[in-house]
Amino acid sequence: MTRALHAAAATLLAVLSWQALVTLADLPRFILPGPGLVAQALWSNRALIADHALITAIEVLVGLGLGSALGFVSAILLAASPLALSLLRPMLVFSQAIPVFALAPILTLWLGYGLWSKVAMALLIIYFPVTSAFFDALMRTAPGWLELARVMNAPPARVMWHIRVPAALPGFASGLRLAVVYAPIGAIIGEWVGASQGLGYLMLLANGRAKIDLMFAALIVLGILTLTLHAAVDALCRRLWGA
Amino acid sequence: MTPPPALHLSGQAKIGDTPIFGPLVMEAPAGQWTCLLGPSGVGKSTLLRLFAGLGDEVTFEGTFGAGDGAPLEGRVALMAQGDLLMPWLDVTANVTLGARLRGAEVARDRALGILDWVGLSDHAAKRPDELSGGQRQRVALARTLMEDRPVVLLDEPFSALDARSRARMQDLSAELLAGRTVLHVTHDVAEAARLGQVVLVMTGDGMSMAEPPCAQVPRTYDAPGTLAFQGALLRQLMEAQ
Ligand SMILES: Nc1ncnc2c1ncn2[C@@H]1O[C@H](COP(=O)(O)OP(=O)(O)OP(=O)(O)O)[C@@H](O)[C@H]1O
Ligand SMILES: [Mg+2]
Repeated sequence: MTRALHAAAATLLAVLSWQALVTLADLPRFILPGPGLVAQALWSNRALIADHALITAIEVLVGLGLGSALGFVSAILLAASPLALSLLRPMLVFSQAIPVFALAPILTLWLGYGLWSKVAMALLIIYFPVTSAFFDALMRTAPGWLELARVMNAPPARVMWHIRVPAALPGFASGLRLAVVYAPIGAIIGEWVGASQGLGYLMLLANGRAKIDLMFAALIVLGILTLTLHAAVDALCRRLWGA
Repeated sequence: MTPPPALHLSGQAKIGDTPIFGPLVMEAPAGQWTCLLGPSGVGKSTLLRLFAGLGDEVTFEGTFGAGDGAPLEGRVALMAQGDLLMPWLDVTANVTLGARLRGAEVARDRALGILDWVGLSDHAAKRPDELSGGQRQRVALARTLMEDRPVVLLDEPFSALDARSRARMQDLSAELLAGRTVLHVTHDVAEAARLGQVVLVMTGDGMSMAEPPCAQVPRTYDAPGTLAFQGALLRQLMEAQ
């Protein structure tokens, strides 16, 4: 209850400061519209914004699902096989030296203007944090457990599945929590580079037509979308793994 | 369960170039409870880990193994100072961990029977974090019994318990592990005096044997014979360099 109250108070404070900034600095509405105008734009364009938000949400969710599944499997492979680790780790690290944003035009070229180039962006941007958070956790299994398993004559694959993976799930959860904040970035970049749908596309469109209030409305919806996803993933992780 | 073998070791252990223990000779008779006492850092855990097949980092010059000459692998159960319970598994699943790790059939009924012996039937569905330290160590004992191995290695398994729970765990373990070859590393002279059918004292000079009272184990903690033996063990430890 107090948490909800705090959140409400913080939102109110933010809106008030926003309005104060607009009023005091006497900003024109095509630079920064006040909260009232943005709320108006949000309401009068609700159907339009909802359609585009749904597209972005789907891109983010599919990217998140695929990226975390891929990260989950890769981390296990890397942790299970020293050969895979020595072959793939340098590649993974090098891939991090390329800004994912730089790949957006290429992905659009390869995958087209539809859903999949955005999914691929979201996937690429979350793959590394998920993989490395889970991998690190997999490599930190308590030595006592591994020794117990050895004395019990457990084959490595079963030790992985029954001990290392469950023990590392909190690490996977922290990777997911990062991913859920990164994934929308990927989707939006993808939409900027080439799309006909989605909140990123809508923002560009609104910008081009000098509908700054609509642009801010889309931005706020994007923020709410990300926060909601984060809360959902957080609740899910807590529920599943208590971490 | 196959008949319990004796354990023997003769030689010296190093990690890298650092000598850890020995040269020394050690013998733990078949089917008996052997306590191993010694000052901290003398190499007791290292010795135990060798028998458990865990001493990868240890270079051992000499011989060690089972008296019957067959490999020890698959005949050893280990109970360490920490209970090593998996927090994501309930008590029953923790007790049956070994079978699941080997991909063998899980004998649930047997597990419930063993939980009954250790007095935890009412807790079978609880998670480890819902148990007290003493209860958790009883789950670890149940898991060890579930493995049903002829050789049981104990590395200070009761040292984190309060005096009362510790005395109870000693009674319970002595009853339930009777007939197996037990090698029990402990810091506690009172524990060695209660449980040891053979008591070995390990010091920098090597291994020496102490003469325990003839009373059955677990010996009564306040019997004059037990107390006198406890005193003698402490003296032997104090007088070692
Ligand atoms: N991995 C290692 N590398 C180097 N030295 C080690 C390593 N493990 C243990 N030692 C050293 O080996 C010696 C014996 O360790 P060990 O754990 O066997 O002693 P212990 O008799 O069981 O002591 P305690 O009673 O405190 O448990 C110690 O001096 C320790 O510092
Ligand atoms: Mg030790």
